[in-house]
Amino acid sequence: MPGVIAAFTGADLASEWAAPMPCAWPVTPDMKNPPHYPLATQRACYVGDGVAVVVAESPEQAIDALAGIVVDYEEEPAVTDLEDAAADRVLVHPDIGTNRAYTWELISDPDALKKAFDSAAHTVKERYIQQRLIPAAMEPRGVCVVPHPFGGDFTVYSATQIPHILKVMLGITCAVPETSLRVVAPAVGGGFGSKLNVYAEELLALALARKLRRPVRWVEERSEAALATIQGRGQIQEIELAADADGKITAVRVHLIADMGAYLQLVTPGIPLLGAFLYHGVYDVPVYGFSCTSVFTTKTPTDAYRGAGRPEATYAIERAIDALARKLEMDPAEIRRRNFIRPEKFPYSSAAGLVFDSGQYEMALDKSLELVGYDQLRQEQRRRRENGSARLLGIGLSSYVEMCGLAPSRVLASLNYSAGGWEAATVRVLPTGTVQVVTGTSPHGQGHVTSWSMLVADRLGVDPQNVEVLHSDTAVSPHGMDTYGSRSLSVGGTAVAMACDRVLDKARVIAAHQMEVAEEDLEVSAGTFSVRGTPEKSMTLQQVAFEAFTAHNLPDGTEPNLDGSITFDPPNFTFPFGTHVAVVEVDTETGKVDLVQYAALDDCGNQINPLIVEGQVHGGIAQGAAQALWEEAVYDDSGNLLTATLADYLVPSAAELPSFKTGATVTPSPTNILGVKGVGEAGTIASTPAVMNAVVDALSHLGVTQLDMPASPEKVWRALTNVGKEAGR
Amino acid sequence: MQVRMRVNGTEYVHEVEPRLLLVYYLREVVGLTGTNVGCDTSSCGACTVLLDGESVKSCTMLALQADGAEITTIEGLASPDGTLHPVQEAFRQNHALQCGYCTPGMVMAAVSLIREHPDLDEATVREGLEGNLCRCTGYHNIVKAVLAAASAMSAGVPA
Repeated sequence: MPGVIAAFTGADLASEWAAPMPCAWPVTPDMKNPPHYPLATQRACYVGDGVAVVVAESPEQAIDALAGIVVDYEEEPAVTDLEDAAADRVLVHPDIGTNRAYTWELISDPDALKKAFDSAAHTVKERYIQQRLIPAAMEPRGVCVVPHPFGGDFTVYSATQIPHILKVMLGITCAVPETSLRVVAPAVGGGFGSKLNVYAEELLALALARKLRRPVRWVEERSEAALATIQGRGQIQEIELAADADGKITAVRVHLIADMGAYLQLVTPGIPLLGAFLYHGVYDVPVYGFSCTSVFTTKTPTDAYRGAGRPEATYAIERAIDALARKLEMDPAEIRRRNFIRPEKFPYSSAAGLVFDSGQYEMALDKSLELVGYDQLRQEQRRRRENGSARLLGIGLSSYVEMCGLAPSRVLASLNYSAGGWEAATVRVLPTGTVQVVTGTSPHGQGHVTSWSMLVADRLGVDPQNVEVLHSDTAVSPHGMDTYGSRSLSVGGTAVAMACDRVLDKARVIAAHQMEVAEEDLEVSAGTFSVRGTPEKSMTLQQVAFEAFTAHNLPDGTEPNLDGSITFDPPNFTFPFGTHVAVVEVDTETGKVDLVQYAALDDCGNQINPLIVEGQVHGGIAQGAAQALWEEAVYDDSGNLLTATLADYLVPSAAELPSFKTGATVTPSPTNILGVKGVGEAGTIASTPAVMNAVVDALSHLGVTQLDMPASPEKVWRALTNVGKEAGR
Repeated sequence: MQVRMRVNGTEYVHEVEPRLLLVYYLREVVGLTGTNVGCDTSSCGACTVLLDGESVKSCTMLALQADGAEITTIEGLASPDGTLHPVQEAFRQNHALQCGYCTPGMVMAAVSLIREHPDLDEATVREGLEGNLCRCTGYHNIVKAVLAAASAMSAGVPA
């Protein structure tokens, strides 16, 4: 066909792979991980599982050629329901004999857990569905692999969050020496976890560039993104709270069934574990039990999506505590106050085994209520109920804590994760005074260049305009663990700050030597070393850098050039927190929910750039509210994705959202020298339960308390109609 | 087939396939890659450009349908000396972009919206940008930026 260069099936390319596609998180020793190759050979296990590849001169020619491929599928039954999957009625992968990938448990004291529930004054048991979500970064994925004309090297350009991890995994999977690979993540148009992966198309592009000895490019279409980019969430959650007569929670017990999809992608099995420690939320709960059974289904693999495990945990506990408040006829704010971990308890050792670094949860709640005008809203809510208004008001709270700053490498080891959680940084003061920063983090919209410049300018006393930040190219930044899990500032930024300190230490030695004074006699301010008591005797950092460059007069044992490098492995996670308040209007005649007000009070520790912090919160709120009200990856019983376009999958526009009120408290983290915690996921984690609690709050007096996401007009209307029918019986 | 149009003030004539969409003509034939493609259903608006001064989704029309038209893309918005258009400047000042992928389309849609509505309020901006999706900002700062740009432009900042 015109323009077609080659076409291959999975079998044609079988010899290209030295290993199956990587899963870096075998959470249990007996976890089932069916081999997964870039193209299926015998069985395709979900709609989106590639079976053939066409290489052509243009995308149009490739599409024409695809139409010429006829695949003779022999259809097998789909497995789309999680409980059905867990029952092993139909197997997604008959070879492994079960749909259960693993069961993972975290139960601090089984006897105490049983006793807490047996002797509780009150218990609530809730069941929630975390629907599947499509990450929908505005830029779909894309990859281009350029083979060098000789020498066997490849440059891989990929719209990825993880150029460093990708390089290692491409090398292992395609049997290309790591030294022959350069991976570049150019300006990447959003990720939200969906580009924290090693994808079939990246491996195929490399293998085909090697086979065909020419550059190979692949750019995803939106409907392909829906089918073949990982999806998020996908859990059935059962959560039980035990409480004493005053509403003080004495134990939390959780069981999940988590949807892995058809295969395990890079960190698929670990996602439930990232939430596993946090189902007691911000509350001081002495006894804790968690278990998760993860199952294969004939759907797109799930993996990290903004918050990854923590939104699920926060949703469950925040909805359940509202259920407890309803049972006790207590205000949702009051029940939270009674249960918060008190500020004096930090560092707080949780029953789940974490050490929370710092927190002032009640202060955040108080300020959030003030920000939104809680008391007036409650009055307005009453007024509308009394007037019989068809537009009811609902006010929803969500107090959250997350674990960020992934991650202490030893903790990752204890969770069976296959890599570390450190981050690398180099800071160089060039002879002309420009400061060059090399970071192993890999931004895709978070503004690292701005924040890192500010941080370095502040620490070294230079103009931020004179700071150059290099990232996302393994040729200039050879070491890194990339960007996800709100880790970049607390791990990567801390590394940059520590590298700055090394630069200052070295500069001090050189400056003292040059000015013939003792190091202790030097003070540094605004990028200048001056002699204490003789301020006219001074050297700027730029002068020191030039002296370090010429190396004409350095103290014995001091190496030329002014630079510092460090690899920082965080001693603990960081624990950002806050309270969000959502206000919705529910039309009882149509079931339509409008999000009319939203207030967010977040504490991410010290802030480098408050504008960027707010921006992260805004975007997070929109994404989390979207799960509550609009978004759902819907599959039919045959496993076909029915929401594979942005016309069917309801990513909200500006018209569906209000402006947000934001506020902050600052409780520094003692875990790192910057006192920062991270903010990339907070908005998403907090907002989903806040919005759903608001919807339920609007309707609970009518008897509607069981409502799953998304709270679409149809679902709300049906819930109202059903309670109406029951009341009429 | 032959297509002729002015893009950002420059006249182009090309032979193109009839099925070529305007957005791919702009990106791959003319070489202006500022206009992005985010979906295949005209839902996301990343590809918004001005056609004879009005915003259109350039993935929704064929290059041939733009024959004879005057097109402005994001590259044509700033002054030749590099001074940003007031909408671009307002986006910059208000942190109205994060990953930046929706930004060219969002800016072009906003330029058109401000032209059509000299007295913009928040509700009009939100309704008016309904066809442009952003996954990063929650629209908060985009709305702020568009209102700021509208007021700067009505105060006489040259567009």
